[in-house]
Formats: sequence, structure tokens, C-alpha cells
Amino acid sequence: MKKTLIAAAVTLAVTTLSSQAMARDSIWIAGSSTVFPFSTAVAETFGRESSFPTPKVESLGTGGGFKLFCSGVGVDKSDMSNASRAIKLSEYEQCQANGVTEITEVKIGFDGIAIANSKSGPSIDLTLGELWLGLAKDVPNEAGELVPNPYKKWSEINKDLPDAAIEVLGPPPTSGTRDAFVELAMEGGCDSFDSVKALKKSDKDKHKAVCHGIREDGAFVEAGENDNLIVQKLVANPAALGVFGYSFLDQNADKVQGAKIAGVEPTFDTIADGSYPISRSIYFYVKNAHVGTIPGIQEYVAEFTNDKAWGPDGYLADKGLIPLPDAMRASVAADAQALKPMDKPAK
Amino acid sequence: MNKPSSAGAPPRRAIDIVNASLKRRYARERRFRLIGLTAVVMGLLFVALLFADIIGKGHTAFQQTYIQLPLTFDAGLIDPKGTRDPETLRSANYNALIRAALRDVYPDVTERRDIRALGSMFSVGAPSQLRDRILANPDLIGTTQEVWLLADDDIDMLIKGYIDRDLPESERRVKDRTVEWVERLEAEGRIEKRFNTIFFTHGTSREPELAGIAGALMGTFYTLVLTLLLSFPIGVGAAVYLEEFAPRNRWTDLIEVNINNLAAVPSVIFGLLGLAVFIGLFGVPRSTPLVASLVLSLMTLPIMIIASRAALKSVPPSIREAALGVGASPLQTQFHHVLPLAMPGMLTGAIIGMAHALGETAPLLMIGMIAFIVDIPSGFTDAATVLPVQIFLWADSPERAFVERTSAAIMVLLAFLILMNLAAVLLRRRFERRW
Repeated sequence: MKKTLIAAAVTLAVTTLSSQAMARDSIWIAGSSTVFPFSTAVAETFGRESSFPTPKVESLGTGGGFKLFCSGVGVDKSDMSNASRAIKLSEYEQCQANGVTEITEVKIGFDGIAIANSKSGPSIDLTLGELWLGLAKDVPNEAGELVPNPYKKWSEINKDLPDAAIEVLGPPPTSGTRDAFVELAMEGGCDSFDSVKALKKSDKDKHKAVCHGIREDGAFVEAGENDNLIVQKLVANPAALGVFGYSFLDQNADKVQGAKIAGVEPTFDTIADGSYPISRSIYFYVKNAHVGTIPGIQEYVAEFTNDKAWGPDGYLADKGLIPLPDAMRASVAADAQALKPMDKPAK
Repeated sequence: MNKPSSAGAPPRRAIDIVNASLKRRYARERRFRLIGLTAVVMGLLFVALLFADIIGKGHTAFQQTYIQLPLTFDAGLIDPKGTRDPETLRSANYNALIRAALRDVYPDVTERRDIRALGSMFSVGAPSQLRDRILANPDLIGTTQEVWLLADDDIDMLIKGYIDRDLPESERRVKDRTVEWVERLEAEGRIEKRFNTIFFTHGTSREPELAGIAGALMGTFYTLVLTLLLSFPIGVGAAVYLEEFAPRNRWTDLIEVNINNLAAVPSVIFGLLGLAVFIGLFGVPRSTPLVASLVLSLMTLPIMIIASRAALKSVPPSIREAALGVGASPLQTQFHHVLPLAMPGMLTGAIIGMAHALGETAPLLMIGMIAFIVDIPSGFTDAATVLPVQIFLWADSPERAFVERTSAAIMVLLAFLILMNLAAVLLRRRFERRW
């Protein structure tokens, strides 16, 4: 008697669970923590102004987002993936292998990475090459041979830079901001040295290791994923530089100042027109197979790609998103709303 | 075999040796006391510092700035056909009402950019505030009312003094023109700080002025209730069996060692286990109180079992022997006599285990709880987040106004933790029996 009761209870629990898992009426978005502030702003507006429930947005990081996104089709898999970089070929193939064949890629704008210091410190203007010299693990000496980074002060790299110890607070390797910083700033900087650039042809792996290697002697401090914390630490330590997303610079303009990169200040306009070098494109990806199964996906995409959201005067610009140029925005919006599947990425 | 004594000295008596070292021993004791006291004082000092910092940062979040505006509920804008159909009222453009009211109050502001700046003094939630008012009372349509509207977070920060008005304009998020408007409104008494009810009644939001902890609190509530329901019976059952019924052999020793080990396993491991087993294998829905409570139950079970066993051990064997002596069966002995006496200790263990689960974030990161969920969950299988995770998410938001809200949420979490620990202490005081 008792056994049947228990069995009945278990069956009941399992069926209610599985029926719960079957029906999902809200959109599920997962991925990059960089896109998270924008995605959530759209999700909230969408939930408020449409008749659909507010989408659930998870902050898993770009890689984690794609892993979930590409794990298959079904209500227990995410509908959209936020990414602070384009999907990789390997991830695309993973998707294809698991039956996620049609994916719509939507480029939503740019995100700048600021190198900043406290307002009470000196204003700084450096080139990517100087930044790389300050932070790389190994740097070329006069003969062009790689030696462990000997620089202790910025002024040793360039006399015009402040006579202060090199101390940079930045995100840890798990962060997408760190990936972008390494790829855009460090790699951009190291290629300004001919001896290192030559490596690219002769020894690609070595080139990557040299360009991407950040020194581990205490000059670069991993200050955690939390950009607010980096801002606070900069205020407390005017001699230090910090690396974080542009939106935090925008929000804290009274406390920190962005360093100019080769004379270009990080501002809304310089990032939008591409003259500020450390900026990246950010994206979201839609699983076309879920359109029609999960209600509201098309409407969400329409809300996101509407000028009142992602336009230069839209609410996402208030949150720190740097919009795409007008013509590009129009064409991306048209493709996105038509859910045009993307082609195989090149790499 | 006497030891060679030093020349001619009288034999030392024990009392002399004691007297000689007495002073040193007293000094040593005083030193130890002093070190202990310093340690305690230091600990208290840091706790006080933490509290002062959190309360100093967070207390302002319990107030929210409102701006008063004379507003005409224009029938032509809200309900042009006059049907009073709730659907029409719901979808009306309430933003236009605010813009029209602003045009009346500031007739000299004509440039498009300035009008935008004027409008952005109000929260994006202000139109829905008006909508709710109209839906509750359609008779307002056609009248002109003085309404208090929710201010934008930048204005809120300005009023609360977190934005320095003396800084150069380029370094401020609020521009000179807006400061001028705000100062005029202040002079007219049209700006007011009120108790922030939204903070307690709303789910999270990307707009600090609309963000609340209700969603996270409900998520925490469902998670903890289910965790208690799952882990307490299993924990007590396991403890009673292991302590009272299980034979002492290699197997029970192995189980005991494992339970003690599990209590020391980093909590994030339980999250990984939850992801692989509960979500991956059994298909329990992600980001729900259900899966969170399964994971947290696993995490609190060892604590619960250890506490329950300690409580059972403290019941004197004479009770058991007396019960068995008057003819009670072993089961009756346990359930009628031992368990009731051990219950206060078990409950204390349970409360402390729950307090532990309340503050836990690490295992929940793995099972999809770091999510932006606006809607307040209404069941165990609704997507939800919990209070510590909400704090984590807010701390990571760029908006300045989230700093105070983060601290305020921490204050709420601390209040709950203190309450639970207090309950554990009171329970022990009230029901504990000593033999």
C-alpha cells in the first residue's frame, strides 16, 4: 500500500515536472555579461510594452552562452545567445552537429574598452605600442631579441608618459573584456614592432604567445570581473590605470578619466566612427528553429532592432551601447527581422 | 643518587619556586587575556566597520525622489472614443500626457534636445504609474491633477547629493540645464523624497528607480521552504538511523567519514553536481527554486545530519533505558521520548543550515540563477533568482544608483540572517534541557 502511494507520488512529481519543462512561454536568452545590460534593458521594455512575458536573460559569458545555445533544439535549450564576439567556426559546427542549423546573427553595436585613471592623476596619452611595452610578458630589446619585460615605470617607455610605476588593474582571463583587450589592444600594440610582426609569418603560435602574454610580475593586477570595483580602486590609487568597459567610464566621468590612445579619447563619437582603436562589435544570435515554438521571439528581435532601442537616441545608448552607423543599422535590422540565416563563419 | 647541589645553598622549598614564578605566571595570564580581548575587539570593530559602510551607503535607497507635475488627463489622448474600455486605457500613450504637461510648465523650452532632456528627468516607469492610476480610477479622465511622478535615477542621485553640482558640466551626468530645472522645482517644493515602496514590491529592473527585491525575496522564500522540506526530514531520519539503529561496522564508519567530508566540500561543487545530475540527467527546469533547493539541500544535509546526531547524543541514555524498561518498543522510545528531547537541538541545526543556504551564491551560479528575471515568481517551477544573486547582479551594474540599492539589499539579507540566527538562539534558550 505504502509502496504504491510512494510510486504514485513519484510519478505525479515527475509528470508535473516534465510538463512544466515542456511548456515554456517566455523567451530564454543566455550569454555574454557585456551584452547583458543591453539585452536586459530590451527584455524589460519588451515585457512592459508587449503582451508577452518578460524574457529571462542569463549572464553566462559568451562561451557558456554558445555552449548552451548550440547544445540542441528544444524548450530546455536557450533561444538566443548574447556574444561579445562573433561566433567561432568551431561553435558554429557544434551547433550544426546538434541540429541547430539556421542561426540569425544580429550585430547590435560596439563596445569600447577604456584605459582610465583617477581624475586626480595626470591625463595620459599613449599608443598601443607603448601600452603593449608596459604590459607584455616579453618585449623586444634594441637588437630585436625577446627579453622579459624590464620596464618598471611608464617614463622608461616614453619620456612624455608620467614618471609612475606601471600598475594596471584589469579583468581576469575568464572575462570577455579581457579577451577583447588582449586581442585589440595588446595584439594591435605588438604588431607595431617589426621584429614581432615578422613572427606572424614565421611562427604563428609564438607570435600569439608574445602578443597575448601579459606580464605576471605584479604590474598587471587582476582586479576581478566587477568593473565598479576597478573604478573604486582607481579612485583610491591615482597612480594606477584600469581597464574596463566604456559604459563604466561614461557613468563615472566625475571620478575617472579615459586615457587617449594615440591622441584619440574614448568617447561615444570616437568609438562609433571607429577612430578609437580598442572597440569591438557585440552580437546576439537567434535560433530560428525556436521561432514559432516559443512565442515572441520575432517581436523581441523587432524591439531590439528598432531605432527607439538601438538607435543613436535610443534607450540602449543611455545604457552605454555605441550604435552601428545608420546604413548598417538599417540593413542589419532588415536581415534580423526577416530572420535571415547566417553563413558559415570564416574562422 | 643525589644531584650535586650548588655549593652550600639551602635546599629550595617548593613554595619558593612557586613564589618566584608566580609573578611571571600572572603576567602571562594577563597577556593572554589581553590578546584575547584585542582579538574580540578587532573582530567587533571590523563588523562595525562593515555595518557602518553598508548602512552609510544603503540607507538612502529606502527613499526615492518624486517630482510633482500638474497633469491633465486629456480624454482625447487616453480614450478618444470615450468607451472606457480597459484595453484602450491600457494601451494609451501616457508619455504624451507627461510631455504635454511639461510643455505647459516649461513653455520656454522649445528645442528638441532640451525637450528630450526635460522628459528624461522622469523615470521610464512614470507612464505606467499614470496608467495604473487611470485603470484604478477611470473617472480621473478629463480632470487636471497634481501628480507625483517617479524621477529618473540621475535626478534621484542629484537630489541625494551623490552628484556634485559644483563639478564642471562635462564631468557630470546631469547637465547644467537640468540642474537649473531641478533647483527651480526644489524651490517650488515640487520635489520630494518619499519612502521607496517600489524597492519592496517590484522585481528587478534595469532602471535603478524601478528595481526592487520582491522577486528575489520570493525566490529565496520558495527555495528555502523547499530546502527545509527536503533536507530536514532526510537529515533527521539519517541521524536517527545512524545514531540509534545502525550497527557499528566498517560501512557505517565509511558513511560517517563521508558525511563529515561532505560538510567541508566547497559549495560550488554542489552546483556542478546539480547542473550535471538534476538538470542534465533528470531534466529539472533551470533557474527555478526547485533545482536551487535540490542543490542547497545536498549542501545543507551534512550540516543537518551532524547537528542532529549531536542533539541525539546529548539525550542521556537513562531516558532510553527507562522507556525500554517500561515496555516501549525501540521505535516508540525514539519517537516518543528521544526525538522530542533532541528536537530543539535539531531545529537549531536546521535554522543554522538554512541561514547558510540563504547566503549561498556559488552553487547557484552553475544552475542558471544568475539571470535577469523581472516577473515575481509564483511557484516552485517559475524562473527565479535569490537575494544574494540579486546583490551580485546589482553590484555589477554600471548605473551609479545601483550602489545604494546593492547596499540596501545587503541590509535586507543581513536582517534576515540575524533574525534566523536569533531564532536559533531563542529556540535553544527556550527549549533546551540540561541533565
